[in-house]
Order: sequence, then structure tokens, then C-alpha cells
Amino acid sequence: MFNQITGAEIVLKSLLEQGVEVVFGYPGGAVLPIYDSLFKQNSIRHILVRQEGGAIHAAEGYARSSGKIGVVLVTSGPGATNVVTGLTDAMMDSVPIICITGQVPQHLIGSDAFQECDTTGITRPCTKHNYLVKDANKLSSVFHEAFEICSNGRPGPVLIDIPKDVQFAKGKYISKKEIKIPPHRLFEPKIKTNETNIDEATKLLANAKKPIFYVGGGCINSGPKACELVTKFIEETKTPATMTLMGLGVLAASNKFSLGMLGMHGMYEANMAMHDCDVMINIGARFDDRVTGRLDAFSPNSKKIHIDIDASNINKTIKIDIPIIGDIETVMKQLSNSWEKNNYNIDEKNLNEWWKKIEHWKKVDCLNYQQGKDIIKPQHAVKRLYELTKNKKTFITTEVGQHQMWAAQYYKFEEPNRWLTSGGLGTMGYGFPAAIGAQIANPDALVIDVAGDASILMNIQEMSTAVQHRLPVKIFILNNEYMGMVRQWQELLHGGRYSESYTESLPDFLKLAESFNAKGLRAKNLTELDPVIEEMIASDKTVIADIWVDKQENCFPMIQSGSAHNEMVLNKYQKQDQVSLEKGKTLV
Amino acid sequence: MNKSVYSSPKNNDDINRHILTVLVDNEPGVLARVVGMFSGRGYNIDSLNVAEVNNNLLSRITIVTHSTNEVVNQIQSQLMRIVPVHSVTNLDKENSAVEAEVALIHMFLNDMNKKQAFQICDLYRARKIENENSYVIFEIAGTSERINKFIKDISNITNIEIVRSGPVAISTAKKNEEA
Repeated sequence: MFNQITGAEIVLKSLLEQGVEVVFGYPGGAVLPIYDSLFKQNSIRHILVRQEGGAIHAAEGYARSSGKIGVVLVTSGPGATNVVTGLTDAMMDSVPIICITGQVPQHLIGSDAFQECDTTGITRPCTKHNYLVKDANKLSSVFHEAFEICSNGRPGPVLIDIPKDVQFAKGKYISKKEIKIPPHRLFEPKIKTNETNIDEATKLLANAKKPIFYVGGGCINSGPKACELVTKFIEETKTPATMTLMGLGVLAASNKFSLGMLGMHGMYEANMAMHDCDVMINIGARFDDRVTGRLDAFSPNSKKIHIDIDASNINKTIKIDIPIIGDIETVMKQLSNSWEKNNYNIDEKNLNEWWKKIEHWKKVDCLNYQQGKDIIKPQHAVKRLYELTKNKKTFITTEVGQHQMWAAQYYKFEEPNRWLTSGGLGTMGYGFPAAIGAQIANPDALVIDVAGDASILMNIQEMSTAVQHRLPVKIFILNNEYMGMVRQWQELLHGGRYSESYTESLPDFLKLAESFNAKGLRAKNLTELDPVIEEMIASDKTVIADIWVDKQENCFPMIQSGSAHNEMVLNKYQKQDQVSLEKGKTLV
Repeated sequence: MNKSVYSSPKNNDDINRHILTVLVDNEPGVLARVVGMFSGRGYNIDSLNVAEVNNNLLSRITIVTHSTNEVVNQIQSQLMRIVPVHSVTNLDKENSAVEAEVALIHMFLNDMNKKQAFQICDLYRARKIENENSYVIFEIAGTSERINKFIKDISNITNIEIVRSGPVAISTAKKNEEA
């Protein structure tokens, strides 16, 4: 027999051929043969995390900041179950991840062996696809197919479970070229595009009086070129555009056609425009409930065009008039061609009227806040962070909660792939490991995790990872000693009964940083804020900046669950638009 | 009245019976993927049938479900996202499809009811496949509706025990499924 190598070696060889540079992982009994192969080579870098959950979020951060595939390697049983949250997160946010898990030897499967769990069973609903490989000869074809499946069409996580005996067994390596993946197993060959819908869509847009683009994370997944084409088309049609949480950066925040983010904590003007528009063009977004609010009152008078690569997103929650299924880059080219070919233009008078209305909503100044002389307002902290970092190549990750929304509102993203947040699943503890992954992928960049005091504790053990690998990741904690978003909902919806949302016994984040041999900084009042941010940026170490912010501050504007887009709650400093908000007020 | 702040959209669409036929790669876990998708997303399965097709590389899953047209469309596109799924066809939309299911009926007969039971079996063309002193087993094939009727009639006469396969269906139109 020629070319016989061990299963573990096949794994490494497959990863190499797929161009993998970094693997995030944690060793254990059932993956030792693979770790042994890893030890014998120098091409693939392994980043040792401190908990498997950290590995997969780091891989997500790596993937989303670089456009590459993130690879995770963990052991059986608890190793596998610890990545379930991250797999689900990657599934919800369409992040391409390959997760390799060890499994007990085949003769022990089903016997409740030590560190055994039904990994493929557990992860079936939270992966795009998964495999249990029972034959070393099939390993390479499984790997090559897995890489293709994970990045093709709508990206997502793919898991490969490898029993220990298969890692030891000898088999033949088959290279990528020699493998033919049946087209039905991939996403894109299944797409049935409908060319006539393109012309119908441009015609509808050309005849619109109050059009709006609603742009999502799908554009970022489609690639920088797709984002560019989306921007160009928006500029050409002179149409206002709003972005989802996942879509921030598709259109530069400074672009004059950008209305900023929409949704539950989105901009007043964006949500009002979504409600009042007559033609909506959804590009790569999926009508998430945090975006739509009350379904029966969602943009009631508009015709809706929906561009998505995943047919199951069409008509899932919102009825679509013109669906266009396909990759955004391709579709945008088709739309532009159709627009130019037909010499379309939106009636200028109508469009000006529409913009005038939007300018009127903008005057509400929904992000206004009153920064006093002493206590730092969390919004102000993010605003200063933006001002002091905007000229650098900066990546922002976040945890989940108020700080996440403030970061989305006050940090202005000019480019795609610079903003990494757990949007779909809302995973607290995502941001710090994701920042580690982003820093690995972009060693020269400034990577900042905007965190809350509660979220950061969910994966604080990764401090050790960051320090070990000399990653100058910055953790910017908006510390209000509360689970801020929980506290806010309790204040607004549960009669101010703050059940279990106050964090007693918070660690001293300064000493915590020092104990990991990192740098700790603290800003207790306004005068200390800028110097702390500056010192944080200047440091080449891992830094925790503990920013003490106003404990009572709430995140506004807000569409409460069960309300419509024109029923936003603003904060007390803003003058509300009387006509549109009467209903909203009654809900406060 | 729903007190939740979340809206529960009213659905006035008709709920209909749909027969979905799903062609899949014959590989481990494929049934779990299909069934898991139904339970995970809260869809109903009235009956389910799985068997290899003429080569052992593919299997056909026949699923009967009750839902609105909107939901059945969503089920179809969710099924298409599953990697080993080749094709999904809603046979109710094809107009020209035939369906059949098989039932085995165990009857406890005595001299009093035997004759009448056999008459009903004759009427429905149920076939006797086992005959002992105290019991008889019949087999009947046909549409679910016909089997329902048969069961109703025969239950009036004797105690029975039934095993049903759930329907399988085929389109009468000739077509090329991606195989």
C-alpha cells in the first residue's frame, strides 16, 4: 500500500491543503493523536485557549475579521459540549467555522464511556452539517467537503467528529482536486435564480416615492466587493439606507445616504423611515424580531423586495413581494445592469420630499445625552473611544447588553468586517475571545472589546490566552455594576424590581489585570476618561480599562418588544414627534 | 387574550394536509436531521415513511403534515438546507399523485361475528394473511380514507388491533428527480 499515513496526519494535511494557518483549541484524551501530529509540524499555529467556549468565539472573531474560515480543535465529551454555544452563535450569525472534535474509540461508542457524548446528535441542530468519521480513508474527503459546505452559500459551522482509533488508523490521503462534491450537497447549486425578478425589482424601485434600503450582515458575508456594490447602488439611486446590527459597516457611517442602525435600539429616523416607506429593499438581512418589532405593524404600506442567498429566509416572518435568491455580489451587478439598461431614475421631487421628512426625524437627535461634569455617561465613553481611535485600523468586538447597543450606536464604522458582535444568539462572553481571534488575524490592528462588567466575567479566563500569546487586546469595560440591559427591562417592564441583576462582589479589575500580568487602568470620572483611553491605546500589552459609568443610564431609543417602529421610546432629553409617538408613550 | 408583549400573529389561512416526498442520501443520521428540523422548528408530522429507493445510495422519506401553505413552503425550504437532501416535492401541489398505505388488522373472531366480518373484508378487498382458531389477520392497502372507513366498519363487529404504515405517494406525472 502506498501513501498510508495516520488519520491524525490526514487531518493536518487536509487543514494545510485548505490553507489553514491558525487553529484554536484545547487538548484532551480523545484528540491526543491530532495534537501529536500538530507538535511535529510548523505550518499551522495553535492557539491554546483556557476553555473550549473561548476557542470557538476566537475562531468566530478570526473568521469575521479576516473573511477566512475559523478552525477549532477540541476533545470529546465536555470539550464538545463546551463549543455548543459557539456553534449555535456561528449558525445564527452565519460564520464559517470548522470544528474538529475528538471522540472515544469506535468500540466504546454507545457504552457511556469516559468523556463520551453523542457529539453529532447534540450538534445536529446547531451546525450546517456534521460528520462522524468511521474510516481513516474517508477523512480527507470529509474535510474537503466540510470546508466547501461551511463557506458555500450562506456560511455556517461544520463539525467533524473523529473517534480516537480513526486518528491512529492508517489511510490514504486524497487531495482536494481529486474530490468531486455532489452538487446537491452544496448550497449554491440549489439556488434557483429568477432573472425576471431583477427587472421587476428595479422597476418597482424606480417608481417608488419613499424607498429605503435595509442592509444586513449577508452583504458582509458576500464580501467587501459586495458591500462596495451595495454602496454604489444606494448612491446611484440616492436612496436612504439603514443597516442592521450585523450589517454595520456595509455602508460607511459617514455616507450621506446612511441613516444608521435600525431596530429595537436603532435610530429614530431609520425606524420611522422603515415604517413609512413605500418600497423596501432588503439586502442580506432576515427580518429578525429585534428589527421588525410588532409583525402586523411592520412597515404596513410598503412593497418589499428581499435579496437573500437562503431561500428559507424568504417569507419566513414577513411577506415578500419580490424575492431575489442569490449571492449579493452577483445580484447587485444584475440590479445595476437592469437599472442602467432601463435608464431608471427615481422621481426627484418625490425623493426630495422623502428626504425632507427624514431630515425632520433626524432633528429629534435620538442619540442625544447629557454628559455632566463628573460621572461618565456610558454613551460618552464610547463616543470618546471612537474619537480617539477612529484614525487607526480598529476592530471593535462586544459582549451582549447595553454596552453592545451603545457601541453600535456611538461607534461609527466606515468599513465592513471591523465590527464583531453576537447578533443572533446574543452570547455574553463572545467579545473577549472574539477580540483575541481578530487580533491573531490582524496582528497590527487595534482590537478593542467593548464589554460590560457582567459579560466580561463569562470568559475572563481567556486573559491568560491573550497574555500567553502577547496579544495587545484591549478590554473596555463600561462598568455599572449591573447586568445593565436586564436592569433596564426590569425598570421599564417589571416595576423596578431588580431581581438578581446587581452584581455584588465584582472583582477589582485593576488587580485582576495585574494578576494575569496584563495592564489595568481605571477611569472613575470624566477627567480621567480620555487619559485612560489614550494610555490604553498606547500600551502594547493586554489591557483592561475599567470605566465607571452612570449606573442608572438606560439605552435609548428603544422599541419595546411588541411595539411597532413608529412607537419608539426616546430618552427624556429628546423632543418627541407628537403625531407618530402618541401610541408609543402609552406603552412606556 | 395573549398577555405577552410579543405579538402572536393571527393566521387565517386554511390548514391543509400535505404529502412531502423527500429524496435523501442514504447515510447515517439523515432521518434524524429531517425529523429534528420538524421538531426543532415546531412543525407537525402526521406520519413518516422511510425506505431505500432502487439503489441503496438514496432513500425516500414520505412525510404527511397538516399546515398552512405558508408553513409548508417554509418546511420545504428548510428541508432543502439539509446537506444530504436532494429534492423535496409537495405532492399535493402536483394535482396528479396517488397515495396508498398498508394496515394490518388483527381480529378476534367467533362464530357469531365471523361471517359478517369476512363480508366487510370482502367488500373492502382486505386480504387474509393469517388464520388461526381464535384470531385472523387481514391486510388492507389503499388511501388513508378508505382504511379509516374499513376500520370504523369492522370495529362495530369485533375487537381489533391495528398497525398502520402511514401513506406513501407517487406523482403520476413522469419527471426527472435529481438523483
